[in-house]
Amino acid sequence: MGIAIVFIIFAAVALVGAVVMVTTSNTVYAAIGLLSTMFSIAVLYILLDAHFIAMVQVIVYAGAVMTLFLFVIMLIGVDRPEAYGPVAIGQKIMTVVVAVGLFAVILLAGRAAWVTGSSAFGTPDLNGTIENVADELFGTWTIVFLSTVMLLTIAALGTIALAYFGEVSDDEEATL
Amino acid sequence: MTVTVVWYLVLAAALFSIGVGGVLIRRNTLVMFMSIELMLNSVNLTFVALSKDLGLIEGQVAALFVMVVAAAEVTIGLAIIVSIFRKRSSANVDELAEMKG
Repeated sequence: MGIAIVFIIFAAVALVGAVVMVTTSNTVYAAIGLLSTMFSIAVLYILLDAHFIAMVQVIVYAGAVMTLFLFVIMLIGVDRPEAYGPVAIGQKIMTVVVAVGLFAVILLAGRAAWVTGSSAFGTPDLNGTIENVADELFGTWTIVFLSTVMLLTIAALGTIALAYFGEVSDDEEATL
Repeated sequence: MTVTVVWYLVLAAALFSIGVGGVLIRRNTLVMFMSIELMLNSVNLTFVALSKDLGLIEGQVAALFVMVVAAAEVTIGLAIIVSIFRKRSSANVDELAEMKG
């Protein structure tokens, strides 16, 4: 019962945060909405006994990624909504239709699981501690893990290349 | 009232649909990017919920790899957005038509 209450509260916070992110015209509010969604998802990970993933979620997403987002928002300036003009009403209607339709299709596709799925979690003894995750990560998936190290290195180098060798605009050339 | 895996899956489906709607309706590149992050997060929630349901730790490892790829994607994506902004002084996707045939 207690778990159900915690789930309902944080699921509601996650959904409200996501809706705020999509609908608000202020980019900073959108970032805050996404931040609350990510924190709520971290709480849901703890409910699922995935403690290590929950910590990584808080540190990487709510910490690093959202800080980077807010940094870029401040760097390029908070956009004024009038700079974009109103969204066409047809686009709004089509977006709602597509989003609701996709949700319905996902529920329809998963109906077998809703009907035949286990009434409670199958194996409650699974515990996502650092030790258990690391055993799997550095046992079976070592090569994949090393590939992600390479991926991150390449991404960092690519960012540096974009920042240093990116084409400068005429205004910036004039000021140089 | 027992929380089953279905609750988590329905929540993840709803978050994913909201993310798709955000990509479709917004024209600010940063908010579109945030919507993509939301979709990745909802898929991670699915991975972890099913990991718990099936008793397999592999779901959490997969979620970890998705996070790594998302971090790399954020790094590159935001660098591209900043370099576009330096060139165009705008984050509006409707104005980006250089690759139009």
